[in-house]
Amino acid sequence: MTQPLLDIRNLSVPLPPGADRPYAVRDLSMTLMKGEILCIVGETGSGKSLTALAAMGLLPPNLPAASGEMSFEGRNLLSLRPKERRRLAGNRLAMVFQEPSAVLNPIYRVGDQVAETIRLHTDLSRKQIQERVIELFSEVRLPDPEAMLRAYPHQLSGGQCQRVMIANALSLDPALLIADEPTTALDVTTQAQILKLMLDLRQKHGTGILFITHDFGVVAEIADRVAVMRHGELVEIGTTDQILRDPQEDYTRRLIAAVPRLTPKAPADDLGEPVLRASEIGKTYRTRTMFGQTRRVDALKDATVSIRRGETLGLVGESGSGKSTLAQCVIRLVEPDHGDVVIDGSDFTGLTGSRLRDARQRVQIVFQDPYTALDPRQSAGAAIAEGPIIHGLSREKARERALELIEAVGLDRSAAARFPHEFSGGQRQRICIARALAVEPDLLIADESVSALDVSVQAQVLDLLARMQKRLQFGMLFITHDLRVAARICDRIAVMQRGRIVEEDTPQRLFTKPAQDYTRQLLAAVPGRDWQDGPIMNGAE
Amino acid sequence: MLRFWLIKLLRTVVTLWLVVTFAFIVLRTSGDPVVALLGADARPDEVEYFRRLWGLDQPLIVQYLNYIVQMATGQFGMSLRDHRAVIDIIAERLPATVELGLTAFAIAAIIGIPAGIIAALRRGGVLDRLIMTIAVFGFALPNFFLGILMILLFSLTLRILPSSGTGTWQHLVMPSITLATFTAGSLARFTRSSMLEVLEKPYMRAAAAKGASFSRRVLFHAFPNAAIPIVTVIGLNLGQLVAGAIVVETVFAWPGIGRLLVVAVSQRDLAVVQGLVLVIAATMVMANLLVDLLYGLLDPRIREAST
Repeated sequence: MTQPLLDIRNLSVPLPPGADRPYAVRDLSMTLMKGEILCIVGETGSGKSLTALAAMGLLPPNLPAASGEMSFEGRNLLSLRPKERRRLAGNRLAMVFQEPSAVLNPIYRVGDQVAETIRLHTDLSRKQIQERVIELFSEVRLPDPEAMLRAYPHQLSGGQCQRVMIANALSLDPALLIADEPTTALDVTTQAQILKLMLDLRQKHGTGILFITHDFGVVAEIADRVAVMRHGELVEIGTTDQILRDPQEDYTRRLIAAVPRLTPKAPADDLGEPVLRASEIGKTYRTRTMFGQTRRVDALKDATVSIRRGETLGLVGESGSGKSTLAQCVIRLVEPDHGDVVIDGSDFTGLTGSRLRDARQRVQIVFQDPYTALDPRQSAGAAIAEGPIIHGLSREKARERALELIEAVGLDRSAAARFPHEFSGGQRQRICIARALAVEPDLLIADESVSALDVSVQAQVLDLLARMQKRLQFGMLFITHDLRVAARICDRIAVMQRGRIVEEDTPQRLFTKPAQDYTRQLLAAVPGRDWQDGPIMNGAE
Repeated sequence: MLRFWLIKLLRTVVTLWLVVTFAFIVLRTSGDPVVALLGADARPDEVEYFRRLWGLDQPLIVQYLNYIVQMATGQFGMSLRDHRAVIDIIAERLPATVELGLTAFAIAAIIGIPAGIIAALRRGGVLDRLIMTIAVFGFALPNFFLGILMILLFSLTLRILPSSGTGTWQHLVMPSITLATFTAGSLARFTRSSMLEVLEKPYMRAAAAKGASFSRRVLFHAFPNAAIPIVTVIGLNLGQLVAGAIVVETVFAWPGIGRLLVVAVSQRDLAVVQGLVLVIAATMVMANLLVDLLYGLLDPRIREAST
């Protein structure tokens, strides 16, 4: 048997005293062979990222020392002296991180940042290094590699930043590449490109890749073998086929079942009267570029949408497509340049002052990040009751409504007295939903409301939204970058590209007969399609 | 680019105009300069003579316009007290203040910035707490008090440093240290918090993953990023140094513009005060311009936004 490239044996990463459990990673053993892609999948708190950081010697300094062994090229990565580690890191062992734009140092040119890695480990001349960087940039398919050398990180898109980071990681042809959620922050089409790039590079250089992800779709696209982790422990490990098609453990089955799929929701009937009619909304931003020219960005071009009571309209598209701008124009957080918004039969566009405030009661919004959307010093009950009180309900009645809603969103009544930090991300999002529904809106805007949540929690929150909609009959504008999520909850989906709605249809028709090329591209980029559309499916609904 | 600097220049001019106007209003409403100069029991005809001589008998608005024109053309006028050109008096005193201010500033930067970096790297440790305690003392201790304490210790008790005056490097030691403590303390605190923020950034992790050494990570990756808020504080403190000099120069009898200002105000030597106010305001404005320039050098994003 050949020697594994990375051999993890009984890895334990303790948590400091006072944490909710004693270990972040406990007794973890697995191996990675040369040229293999091993995916570690798990939800928040599974210890997958800490495993990656332990290998790089980047564990947060407040954690007690890790125990066990991670052997790589005859050395234990956990007990390297700093000098030895420096020689390995970036050279034999490289890492790609989650937030590509934040991982590049904002004040240096990207070419210099990649060159730094090469300079630290070799004696190549300045000229040779530059040639090598250009070569790397073209290998990761960055446009115009020579000009790219002189670019600063803020001038690049997220996908381009990630390509730079991959070029950096590959600059010295490492034996092992550790990738921690490298595509999570990227658009689906960019994600598909980056995944393909990694597969090509593995092919060409025989690099072993330890790929950390929470997304089974991504796993299906890229992994040779899969390790499922939960609460710091290994649940099961096997080939991609085994895990995806025939999982042995209950937990794995549940995780896979929760992965949203491109199965359209059954079309809704008995829809009520229209609650939102937004017609020909336009918004142009003007920015000044170098040399004082004005650049026009049409964030929104004549977008028209309508939603009826009890109906959910999905807005899908990549970042910068204008979907959030449209939502903000509807609620008038952003003032549209032109267009009309009619909510519940009355004009919303011309309102100002207190009449605008009153009207806003009819539209509520649930944001993406449940961690920052709640005031940390306001109890859940107070947060939910605040809206109704502002809009004139007595304190008594508002409190009662808050308690009702807390139960309706699946939390215990006692949760009303607790503060945001005492809840998990999913629970917080439930509170945000309860808060939005407390003023009995006609229209609910969900702006990437489930994107930051683990798949199992995501499924629960989507169910909750559907259930509450059935009960309260509000219209919902559901913004997401994830077509799978949209498929699950939307009655109609509008696809946005560069400020325009390019296509709008029921999920059924949109997925089977997309009229636009762009829609087809988006559909093709959905990770894990082949696996989910495949004949054998365990854990399907 | 040109447009950016034109706006900056315009703003500078407006700032100076506001300062000069404010000085005019305060000085004209806080008592009659002629009475202050000649004494309360001066003869009315003497008072009237000087009033006419200095143009103080004209309507306030005319005085103001004359004054603005003079300021704009660089004629600061003659001192009411010793009939020398204000510009000469200031030019004579300015080098002493610059010498003291720059020395103090160098001391503050050399001590404050490294202390802040070390405190950030040893966050929560003994060294961190020690440095931060000293820093709090540094900027909580009033200048004049520290100055007097030092005179008591080094001049009166130990007799190793001169208590006042100027001339040798020994004369410079106590005033510059006194002046530097406040700046050093605030620089240390700002450097620490700015470094702490930067050290948490994802790119610091990425630098470690490249195999960059600890010192390289701190000095090459972290510090330049942390420097932007520090530069802001430096800019504010550069202006503060002149203001702080007023106290320190008085305590140590240092013949700079700080002491000149105190004397001129107490004697209502309008022309000198006005000139000094303009000089001090100009240094503040210059410090701010310098900071803007440094921002652009440090951060490509700011460079782009400003062009």
